[in-house]
Formats: sequence, structure tokens, C-alpha cells
Amino acid sequence: MSRAARPPELEVTPELTIPKLFVRKAQEYGQRVAIREKEFGIWRPITWAAYLENVRLFALGLTAIGLQPEDKVAMIGDNRPEGLFAEMATLCAGGVAVWLFQDALLEEVQYIVDHCDARFLVAEGQEEVDKALAIKGRCPKLSRIIWDDPKGMRGYQDPALIRFSEVQRLGRELADREPGRFKALVEQGRGDDVCLLFYTSGTTAKPKGALLTHTNMLKMGQNLLRVDPCQGTDDFVSFLPLAWIGEQMMSISCGLMAGFTLNFPEEPETVLANLREIGPHTIFSSARFYEQMVRTVQVKYLDASQPKRKAYELALGIGHRLADFKLAKRPAPWPWRVLGLVADQAVHRKLRDHLGLSHIRNAYSGGSALGPDYFRFFHAIGVNLKQIYGQTEIAGISVVHRSDDIKFDTVGKPIPETEVRITPEGEIVSRSPSTFKGYYKDPMETAKALRDGWLYSGDTGFLDPDGHLVFFDRTKDVFSLSDGSRFSPMFLESRLKFSPYVKDAWVLGHLRPFAAAVICIDGSVVGKWAEDNHIAYTSYSELSQDPRVCTLIQAEIQRVNARLPAAARVRRFLNLHKEFDADDEELTRTRKLRRAFLEERYHDPVQAIYNGAERVGMGTTVTYEDGRVAQVKADLRIVEVPDAGER
Amino acid sequence: MEAGSSMSQPALDEIHLKVDDLRISFGGVQALAGVSLDVRRGEIFSLIGPNGAGKTVLLNCINGLYPPKAGRILFEGRDMTSLRPHQRAALGIARTFQKIELFSGMTVLDNIRLGRHLHMRAGILSGACYVGKAAREELVHREFIEREIIDLLEIAHIRDKIVGMLPYGLQKRVELARALALQPRILLLDEPMAGLNLEEVEDMARFILDLNEGERWRATCVLVEHDMGVVMDISNRVAVLNFGEKIAEGPPAEVQANPEVVRAYLGEVEDLYVSRR
Repeated sequence: MSRAARPPELEVTPELTIPKLFVRKAQEYGQRVAIREKEFGIWRPITWAAYLENVRLFALGLTAIGLQPEDKVAMIGDNRPEGLFAEMATLCAGGVAVWLFQDALLEEVQYIVDHCDARFLVAEGQEEVDKALAIKGRCPKLSRIIWDDPKGMRGYQDPALIRFSEVQRLGRELADREPGRFKALVEQGRGDDVCLLFYTSGTTAKPKGALLTHTNMLKMGQNLLRVDPCQGTDDFVSFLPLAWIGEQMMSISCGLMAGFTLNFPEEPETVLANLREIGPHTIFSSARFYEQMVRTVQVKYLDASQPKRKAYELALGIGHRLADFKLAKRPAPWPWRVLGLVADQAVHRKLRDHLGLSHIRNAYSGGSALGPDYFRFFHAIGVNLKQIYGQTEIAGISVVHRSDDIKFDTVGKPIPETEVRITPEGEIVSRSPSTFKGYYKDPMETAKALRDGWLYSGDTGFLDPDGHLVFFDRTKDVFSLSDGSRFSPMFLESRLKFSPYVKDAWVLGHLRPFAAAVICIDGSVVGKWAEDNHIAYTSYSELSQDPRVCTLIQAEIQRVNARLPAAARVRRFLNLHKEFDADDEELTRTRKLRRAFLEERYHDPVQAIYNGAERVGMGTTVTYEDGRVAQVKADLRIVEVPDAGER
Repeated sequence: MEAGSSMSQPALDEIHLKVDDLRISFGGVQALAGVSLDVRRGEIFSLIGPNGAGKTVLLNCINGLYPPKAGRILFEGRDMTSLRPHQRAALGIARTFQKIELFSGMTVLDNIRLGRHLHMRAGILSGACYVGKAAREELVHREFIEREIIDLLEIAHIRDKIVGMLPYGLQKRVELARALALQPRILLLDEPMAGLNLEEVEDMARFILDLNEGERWRATCVLVEHDMGVVMDISNRVAVLNFGEKIAEGPPAEVQANPEVVRAYLGEVEDLYVSRR
């Protein structure tokens, strides 16, 4: 917890690269635990020495099968040690790592693999190999597909396939022939070389590939750690996609800089249980993750016995009061502090333990803005939650809250060596040693985003008198009603989603007479509610259209409306018959709404909402992950919200 | 999946399980009227037929739940008609049930451990004290369960959950896991796909193929199933029962074309050819 234990700071010279730092750290730490993976029910440690050896052999193996400096290596799979070895080895061999989302659809995989000119693809197991083989014919540059999980892989005989351990064996042979080769490979790199190519999720167009250098990544890690130091004894759980800059930030940049232990969960389904077993000191995650945590607590609350509910309500009330004092930077009066201690011992401590947050020093939320209700909740239960703001193009972070200076309507202050300004048009621009090199094979977009070293974000915001950045929304996402009053749909959506019954909300109203919402109910929570109230249903879509469920959601919206200015109140809504899904292109892989696409896809229901209709028929296509497409038909009920009223 | 099933034909023609002129009746109903089958080592052998054809009865006879009135059952050449069910289990015959028969108040792990019981050697006393040999033995078995079963069937995330709280599809998987804990050489699967959704069916088919073809298991599978898509996809051979009699046997394509089979399914022709994919 102390700041005193900070070791002398590392100097990021133009010569320093991620591999050079990695080799240095691995030799320094030797037998200390670098990685843990839960496998077969047990956490198995991997030392820094073993980490280095694995990376060394794989890097030489890649060289042996023909990797040249600056070659791209695409990677797809869950977070696992082999994925990390492959990435680090690619960098050591002078290559560029390109991560794909594990659940990416075929066309996405094909587009990225083809666009980035990848010659090698590291796939995890059968599922990923199937995708790779399916696109191989359409990606002529792709020559080898490397896999590591043998399950289901018997009988695959494509000559392009090669096993992870086989690559390492080739690496060992090369090492025997040329003992100095690995060292030479690592030494040839320079800080200004590109190390990572990130395809941004693209809420609008085709993904763009952002080129980041070693210096970009190292400087970003260093500057974040200057704000919130981590120790080598800390634990971090790596469970978000490595294709997301935030995970790279922590697992690679900060992981190497601070030397903390990376923990890989057993399966994607066991993340929450594994998180609790490890009790990490730092978490960086998307707003979704925190929303889900709050939802878990709310659902357990609805399920709990009366005395437990009472205790929770009391403790949370006290927590909220203390959080308000803290956020207002006023010392809390001592009676509140005493109550706070009691509430902490009785409820909050256990809650934190169950959420896996008992050791947490800093919890960051990035990606999209987290609603104020969520912020208050986490501070009430004693979790130091902060907002991070940044783009992939600036290595993920430019602005963060300081522990003693948190305002939940802002995203904090710039990290060291970072300048943030607002253009006269209100656009946020930033500049730092972590600003990217440009988009791969796209000089037009590069020229748009990068002007005189400043990164143009496309986001609107302003700096408040304390120097905090207030981030509104993507510029194009601020709505004006037809009478000219403005509101932020994301703010409204986050408010709506705070209800445990609402999983997703999509707010409408741009250039329209009033605000309206399309709601995706949370199937499991509403399902439980329906069971408790003896409402029979057979499917999500039937449940969503039940009049009693509509009334339930109506009441939730009314509650949100009560705290909103008249212009921003939701006046009509409908429950959608399916959840939004990234496979249907309704969300990005980082689960942001793709509004333009939604407008197009749900054109009829949206029209109906503003026509004053009471029902609307709707047919949609659903895409399964293996590419199959099915038609779903539904009759949707449109509901008025009372008291949202006339202005 | 298709790539796997087409390439590995059973290596040997050795008869693994032989059913010889089996007869059993309940009151006036002759459930099995002299059925004979040869299941070869390493194959997936499917039993199909309309409802009430005697498929489950045949499975029950093989694993010893019902004593046949006449006929013999030979396992690896040895007559086991007179053996008790637990003795047959010890020989390496495990099964799953059409309607899930798990201990719903216990955890997934405990249910699987129960299936491992036959392989435990420690006595009551040392087991109760849990020292020395008993503790070591437990560790070995636990490792087997984790590595060979939980990992294979992808149930790591539910290992500590109470079985009764799990969705049906997962319970089916736990049922298979418990059967595997026996380390069977023949696996009798009674409608493993019934009640599963499309994705779960595909998973289950994949698991069965893994068990049948994977180096580690190489289990001979006797499958009773109504999902013809799955049966025709993964079986090496298919036998058709109707009113307690075998009316056809052979490779899937042959059986499908057999006019007598189509007649037996008359009114259910759709059912025979319907495939879920």
C-alpha cells in the first residue's frame, strides 16, 4: 500500500524495447513467479526463468519457420500463457503482434488477417484452427497456422498446421546451431519499431489498424505507474481480450514495468470465481464488467432473506453517505466514520470478498463511461474505482482519476508527459510520447487523426476549472431533440442499465420530438422475477412482451425519469425480443452500441414508436458464430411512460 | 466433426460385446424377441427404432438391470449373463440414463467421485482417518477426474455447483462424466441428446467422438438415440429394432435405404430423415 517502496525509475531510452526489458526483468527475477494459470483445478506457477525460456524457444522457432523482422503475426484465442509467450516471442523476433478477438466472426478474421498481411497465425485450439483454415484460401499471404491445445485436433492434416511445441522444438534446434541468435534478435530492436498492430473496434466503418511502437507502450506503462505505483508482489488477473488495448496496457506494459504476477483463469466461464481466489490488487476493465458486478449484487439482494436485505440497505446507505463526503473532498464527521467502520465490517468487507475485490488498490474503468450510480456504489462499498480515458491510438490511456481527487462526472486528469486540449470546436485532442505512428496502409485516416503530433479523438468534452477532463460522448453521439434541447444518450442509457432488470438500453431522440428507448431485458433476472410472480413463459421473446414485464420496466423507467430534466425523459419504450449481440453487428466486440446500424436494422420499430403505434411486427436475422443465419419474427408492444410528460 | 468420423474406421473387427438371441417379456409383452448383435471393438454402434421397440430394455439387459429370460451376453468373449450389475461395471461397462439419474443434492465433483468408487482400494477405516494410502489414493483419482474428465467435458466452471441447480444440458454432461469415472471400455449411452438444444447436441456429439477416437479413451460406444442427424453422422453401424426384433443392421447409409426400416417408421418417415442441422 505504501508509496515508499518505489524502486528507482527506469529510463525509457530510444534504444529500449519491450523484449530488451523483458529479458532484463526475467534474468533479474529468475525463480520468482511471473505467471499463474489455473489448470485442472490447480493454480500452476510459471517462473520468470521458464517464461523467458518458453519465449526464447518460440521466438527462435518462428525465425526457423521463416519469420522476418516486421512480419505480422496474427493471434486468436483466450487469455492463456501460450498466447502471452507467442506475443512476446513475436516481439523478440522483431515481428509485429496482431491480436484478434476470440469470438470474431469469419469475415472479421479474414479482413484483419488479410489487411495486416499476416504470414503466421497463432490459434489456440480446434475452434480457432477451423476459422483459420476456412479463411486460408482467401488470405494468400498466410503460410503457417500454429496451434497449442490438442483437444479435438487429431485428424487435422493440413500442411499449413504446426503445433506450438513443434515450433519450440525447431527453436531449440536453431538455438543449438546458433547459440547467440536469440540475443542478437532481441538486440536489433529499437524503441521506434512498431510492435503492436491494433484493429480498432470501429463503431462505424471497417476496422482501422493502429500502429504502436515499443516506446509508445513502455512510456504509457511508465506514466500510469507514476500515478498509481504497483509492486512486484502484486497480482493481476488477465481475463479481458488481449485484442483490447486495456489488457495489453496491464499485461504487457505495466506487467513488465512493475513485474507483477499475471494470473490466467481456468476457463472464460470461471473468471469470477478465479478472480475471487486470486484477489488482485489492480483491475482494469470495461464499464460492462462493473455493471455486471453491480447486477450480480442486486440479484443476490433480491434473492436474500429479509434481515439480510435490511442489513445491506443500511450498510449501503452509510456507504453512500461516506462516499459522498469523500467525493466532495470533505472530511466525514466522526459519527459517520464510526458507522462506516461498522458497516464495513458487517457487510462491505464480505461483499468485496465475494466480488474478488478484497485486495484491490486501484480499480479502473475504461472503454466507455460508467454511470454515476455505479461509481457511487463501488465507493460506498470501499472500492477505489477510477475512470480511465484514452484511445487505442494513444496506447490506451491519456487521462485518469487520482485516488484523492475523484469526481464521477469527469474522467480525471492527464497522466505525466501527456497534454490534453480542447479545440475551439470542442473536440478533445491529446499529445504524448505514446501517440501512435498512424494507421496501417491508410494515410488518409492517419492524416485526419494525427495533425502536428496531436491526436484528434473525435470525442467532445471540456476541461473543468480543476483541470479535470469532462468527456461527453462521441461528437456525433450528442443528441438534439427537434426543439433544439440537447442530451447525451449514453448518460441516459447508463442510468437505465442500472436497473437489474435492464441488460441493454438504446436511447433514441436525435432530431425527433422526444426521447424514447429500446430496452433489452435481462433474461435471467426478469425470468427469476417472473417465476416468483407465477408468470409462465417459454422464451426470452415471449417474456419480453408479457404485459406485466412491460409494467415492471415501465416502473423502472419512471424511477429514472424522476431524476432527469424534462427534455431527457424517456416517453415511450419497447422491449426488444432479443438481446443485442456483437455477432449480429449490433454491438462492437467491446460491447458498444453501433447506433447507425441499429437505426437501420430497427427502422420499423423506431418509426412505430414515433408514430404513436401500440404494436409493431418485426422480423430480424440472427447470426450464429459459425456463420449460420436464422430468421426471428416477433410482435413488439410499445409502452407509454406516464408522467414523462409535457414540458 | 465430420473430418474426424470419416477417417478413423475401427481398427479391429474383434467382437467386443456379443448379444446372442436375447429374450425378455413383461407380462404378455415380448420386449425382446430374440435379438442378436455383435458390437465391434472401437466402434460407435447405434440402436434406433420407434418408441417401445426395446432399445432401452436391451441396454438394461446389457448392464444387468434386467435379467433376460433367455439368451447370452458376452463381453470380450466371456459370458456375463449371470453377473450382477456392479460386477459388470467392474468389467468396464458404464452407462448413462435417458432420464437423468444423478444425486441432485450433491456437487458435480461428488457425483463424479461416486462413479470412481469402484476403483478405490482403501478400506472404510483408513478412508475415515484419511491418512497415508487413502489420502494418496484420493489424490491420484482426483487428478484423473480433473485431467481426463472435467477438462474433456468442459465442466470446470461447475465442478463445485450442486447438480440439481444446473440446467438440463449440463446435467446430461455430468451424467456422462460420472459414467467416465468408471473408466469404461464400453459406454452405453441412452439418448444422450434428448432434450438438448442445437449447440448442446453438437457439443455432446463432439464429446462422444472424442471418447471414441481419442488416444486416451478409445471407448466402444453403444448409442440409443432418436436424433437421426447425429446417429447417421457419427455411427459406424446402426441396428434397427421394432417390436423387440432386429429388422436391419449395417452402415448408416445402408440402413437408411432399407425399405423395411422405412416401413417400420411408417407415419414417422419424417422422423427418420429429419436432421437438426
